[in-house]
Amino acid sequence: MREGEMDPELYDFRPYRDRPVLEWPDGKKVAVWISPNIEFYELDPPANPHRKSWTKPHPDVVGYSHRDFGNRVGHWRMAEMMSKHGFPGSVSLSVAMCQHLPEVVADANARGWEFFSHGIYNTRYSYGMDEAQERALIEDSIRTVREATGQVIKGWLAPALTHTPRTLDLIAEYGLSYTCDLYHDDQPGEVHVKTGRLISMPYSLEVNDHYGFFVYNMSPREYADTLIRQYQRLADEGGTVMCIPLHAYLIGQPHRIGPFEDVLKHIAADGRAWITRSGDIADHYMQQVPA
Amino acid sequence: MTLDSAYLDYPLRKAGMDHDHYSWSNLFAREPIAWPSGQGVAVAVIINLEWFPIVPEDKPFRAPGHMVTPYPDYRHYTAREYGTRVGFYRMLDALMRVRARASVAVNGAIAERYPQIISDIIEAGHEIVAHSTDMNGTIASGLPEADERALIAASLGTLERVSGTRPRGWMSIARSQSFNTPRLLAEAGLAYMCDWVNDELPYRFATGAGSLVNVPINHELSDRQIVTVQQNSADSYVQQMQDAHTLLAGEAVRSGGRMLPLNITPYVMGLPYRIGAFERLLAYLVAQPDTAFHTVGEIADALGE
Repeated sequence: MREGEMDPELYDFRPYRDRPVLEWPDGKKVAVWISPNIEFYELDPPANPHRKSWTKPHPDVVGYSHRDFGNRVGHWRMAEMMSKHGFPGSVSLSVAMCQHLPEVVADANARGWEFFSHGIYNTRYSYGMDEAQERALIEDSIRTVREATGQVIKGWLAPALTHTPRTLDLIAEYGLSYTCDLYHDDQPGEVHVKTGRLISMPYSLEVNDHYGFFVYNMSPREYADTLIRQYQRLADEGGTVMCIPLHAYLIGQPHRIGPFEDVLKHIAADGRAWITRSGDIADHYMQQVPA
Repeated sequence: MTLDSAYLDYPLRKAGMDHDHYSWSNLFAREPIAWPSGQGVAVAVIINLEWFPIVPEDKPFRAPGHMVTPYPDYRHYTAREYGTRVGFYRMLDALMRVRARASVAVNGAIAERYPQIISDIIEAGHEIVAHSTDMNGTIASGLPEADERALIAASLGTLERVSGTRPRGWMSIARSQSFNTPRLLAEAGLAYMCDWVNDELPYRFATGAGSLVNVPINHELSDRQIVTVQQNSADSYVQQMQDAHTLLAGEAVRSGGRMLPLNITPYVMGLPYRIGAFERLLAYLVAQPDTAFHTVGEIADALGE
């Protein structure tokens, strides 16, 4: 990006109308990927001068234990349901999970899920990092996921969505192919970087379960209905990507997982969805569309 | 501002949790738990019965539901009192109709001021859980340890004196603790607490002064979260609890006992236009197979040693 400029020039302006048709495998209309955020929040993290980790003095018992619910309870409920209906996950991973709770990481790996980095912990932020620190974070992510799962990460979702002006250039330099941090489109697209090739992968804040429940205050059934509407529209338009970003501590709650299952059933039965992983979407797009 | 190099040090990055209170455990890989009723789903009704002084102290923080306007805040003071005088009795009657025993998380000040309520709770067979002194009795880091110890002792002492029984369980205001709280609760002889929401079954929690049981009273399922914070209707709340029950009943068949905590607030769910929905929920739950009402204390005891 152009640091300090009013327009960061992250990408070219390309209006939605009159674009070349984007084809998905087998004539499918919409690439659907589910992104479970598998995160570790620290009970007593060090302070980052640019952002507080917890809104309350440590220990933030509800904040911390709510997140911990995801790894003890929610993940297993959510993962079983995804596998039952044929949905793999593309995991936004706090990579320290590989050390703290390798059982959860191994379960996701065994289900054929993809991993990309969401930082070390969701309580450590990139704000204020110098280039050497940010390189250490990226190298740690690549190494940790490879050692724990055998996978080479292709994507990035910044830890707690905290960035520096260098992040996109650096992840491209390290050979990553997609970022989930840009929300300007329903299709993948090129991102301006100094070296290599980086695309933006449509993720979503709007239909993220966190937004659904805590920004828009939806009931579980309203959230399920929202996802179905989002899916219907993107499938009608075609050549689109739909991401369902989830947190096991939210969607894995007992009053929410049942209505969510109706969404999976709906998409699986519809027939127009390429139900896949973010890395597969990136590979397919980059092959089909020259840089 | 550049970050200190220590920001990229991770001294606790190792197997397990980043504290010593409990080990990580997968809910679905545990020995099944059995409730005293032998039923699969234990419904735990826990009512927060609270007294809000009209002068908030904000030490260490102002409790949710506390005064809002400049002094004197008649509207919030009296609206909370409405819950205690009226809404709570609607709840007691609703529980009596379905013969359900519940747990009531009571401020010490309620016992001090309204001993009649304590008699009515005991007469109905409900359990009293200690819930601080009054709604100025919040806990968080920054509260001196001696003050916190005194607060816990005052709450337990008052409730024991008025009810005749020392409470075995504790629920903090807003489930907020300091780093000292679990140890101080164990030192005070409490058997269980209700503050950590990381699980759906009771589990053992180490404190440095012996262990106690944590019974997770899921805040996500509370009327405060669903109705007050998320502003869903009482009907939607009922639907959500029914959906939760369906899910848990299915899991209970495969994995052993499950718990559905119904954490409700008299000044929220006890209002005339909401209580009917809650009564409908109770009638629904009492009619479900493999389901029984249990107190939080019974649920804590089911864990065993």
